[in-house]
Amino acid sequence: MKTKVVKSACDTCAHFNAEGLKKLGINTDNFDFVVALAGNPNTGKSTVFNALTGLRQHTGNWPGKTVTRAEGGFEYNEQKYKLVDLPGTYSLLSTSTDEEVARDFLLFGKPEVTVIVADANRLERNLNLVLQILEITDKAVLCLNLMDEAKRNNITIDQRTLAKDLGIPVVATSARYKEGIPELIQTITEVANGSIVCKPHRIKNVPPNIEKAVKTLSAEIEKEFPGISNSRWIAFRLLEGDTQIIEALKSGELV
Amino acid sequence: MDKKNIDTIIELSNELRWQIGDDFHDNLTEGIYADAANIVKDSVQTEKGKKRFRLDSKIDKIVTSKTFGFPIMFLILGIVLWLTIIGANYPSSMLANLFLDTIHPALKSFATSVDMPWWLDGFLIDGVYLAVAWVIAVMLPPMAIFFPMFTLLEDFGYLPRVAFNLDNLFKKSGAHGKQALTMSMGFGCNAAGVVATRIIDSPRERLIAIITNNFSLCNGRWPTQILIATIFIGAVVPSSFSSIAALVSVIGIAVLGMGFMFLTSWALSKTVLKGEVSTFNLELPPYRPPRFWKTLYTSLIDRTLIVLWRAIVFAAPAGAVIWLISNIHIGDVSVAVWLIDSFDGFGFLLGLNGVILLAYIVAIPANEIVIPTILMLTVLVAGVSGGEGAGVMFELDSMDATGDILRAGGWTLLTAINLMLFSLLHNPCSTTIYTIYKETKSAKWTAVASIMPVILGFIVTFLVAQVWRIF
Repeated sequence: MKTKVVKSACDTCAHFNAEGLKKLGINTDNFDFVVALAGNPNTGKSTVFNALTGLRQHTGNWPGKTVTRAEGGFEYNEQKYKLVDLPGTYSLLSTSTDEEVARDFLLFGKPEVTVIVADANRLERNLNLVLQILEITDKAVLCLNLMDEAKRNNITIDQRTLAKDLGIPVVATSARYKEGIPELIQTITEVANGSIVCKPHRIKNVPPNIEKAVKTLSAEIEKEFPGISNSRWIAFRLLEGDTQIIEALKSGELV
Repeated sequence: MDKKNIDTIIELSNELRWQIGDDFHDNLTEGIYADAANIVKDSVQTEKGKKRFRLDSKIDKIVTSKTFGFPIMFLILGIVLWLTIIGANYPSSMLANLFLDTIHPALKSFATSVDMPWWLDGFLIDGVYLAVAWVIAVMLPPMAIFFPMFTLLEDFGYLPRVAFNLDNLFKKSGAHGKQALTMSMGFGCNAAGVVATRIIDSPRERLIAIITNNFSLCNGRWPTQILIATIFIGAVVPSSFSSIAALVSVIGIAVLGMGFMFLTSWALSKTVLKGEVSTFNLELPPYRPPRFWKTLYTSLIDRTLIVLWRAIVFAAPAGAVIWLISNIHIGDVSVAVWLIDSFDGFGFLLGLNGVILLAYIVAIPANEIVIPTILMLTVLVAGVSGGEGAGVMFELDSMDATGDILRAGGWTLLTAINLMLFSLLHNPCSTTIYTIYKETKSAKWTAVASIMPVILGFIVTFLVAQVWRIF
């Protein structure tokens, strides 16, 4: 299947309700949903953020430019969404400040939807973070950004297979040219309202003894916190001896 | 929730951790990568031609090479500054013409026609209005040229290459290589540079980056450098070379600032901030052709106008203060004259003068208003004719007129050089000081970052003045 990049979406997309969209800028009062924007450095998160909110958060072609958590909002079909632009990280497994900011928000900020922005040209490397995030949250959208560059590099991505493998919707965008943004908004709202249900991919290729330990531990966690979605990820962290997660578990912040 | 159960879970995890051995982290990471590879295999297709990647690495080979890396860096900086110097001159004089020669007299005659009391007229029109007008005329054109060009370079992806080139120097001075990025941000605004140090994980290296960010000439100081260099340094060479001479001296000051940054980083990391240099990964992003008009538009709106607005906000009260201290008298002399006289001795030692030192105190809120303040105070004490009376900022439609006033105030080439040095080496503006406090949450380090550069400035200008006077 060929990758499809929709031009100005309103005229081509049957479902998108352009009149229902209002970019709210920094006005994020009384929001209905929180949407987190995560991803590797320099994949265009801030550009996606600007395209969604109508804000002009500073963008630039260098990794690590967003150091603070930027917030903005948009309204679609009379529901208000608060958007949080997280610092770009390659992973969530270490303890550097930016990774902590991103991880803590995903964990304790409990966003209703997490949009993971990935560079379509470097998908394999980007998936490292994607797979980690999918262990933490089960409501996510993969925003396959920089499609214009991917096209120039002759890279084609089978979005349907990718979405099936990851268990989350995939939207192709070129945020710099505002391409694919209406589809992204539409998908975010569908995930937020539960009309798209994600079955996120779980990390598979771990040795059997570790898988067994993780299963035992996450079963115990689920017994204590029925209905918890990221018991496996908590088990990973506990096996790693992550003191911050141990503390959070003790204080009850995790659930 | 039962605390006992939580403890059981944690105990269980401790037990299991023993069982699975200590390569858990590696195993997990490998698992993630294996999964990623599987997924990509099924959904991503790359066709033969990887041309753009190769072009990227070809450019990188040149701009990050040992031989060409630094010359290209200086060349690009030179081109940006040269275009700024050349391009800013005409709009500056046009704006000065409009604000100072046309609107100001109109406002004055309006004030007279409505019988405005002299002090209100002076305070508002000669103080506040003129300060603001001056800042716009002097600051807007260079910023409107410098910022978009800088943003274009940033969008293109050049900054990480600068970081790559400078990494070795930072490592040698015991600092973090990402400091090159925060330094570059500092060339725009030191407060922004200080915030950008959050990308540095190690607290030790971050503190070094915060303390030394002030050595990056910020946009409030570039116009000062450019103006003084054009008037005084450009004047000592034949006129056909004057803009080149001015350009070289401004680059010299910027490079000197980087030198001080390395030196101070090194001194700090060898003394109070000892520690290992941490390693890091820096991704060289692909070059992206900037969207020229969009970049131009956003950098004008978001950067230039915001910075200009800040300058105006600070210039208005500063203009009021200048007018007040020039018109409130203690005994026979105004407060301004009294202050200038008491600073003059110390100023002479530094190859500067009392006016400059007073101007730097008035201009603590914003570096942008240093030159306007200096001019106004010079007119006041030198008694240059043509001014509109005490505390009125002077009307200057050309750089020559500015130079004439400064020379009438006793300025020499030494004064100009030392002003350029002192502009590089003095306390950060109040916004930056406040930002440093917010980021470090330490009064001690805020004080170090604020006072250390002034002391360096005193030492350097003192030494230059003494050596200059010997020859």
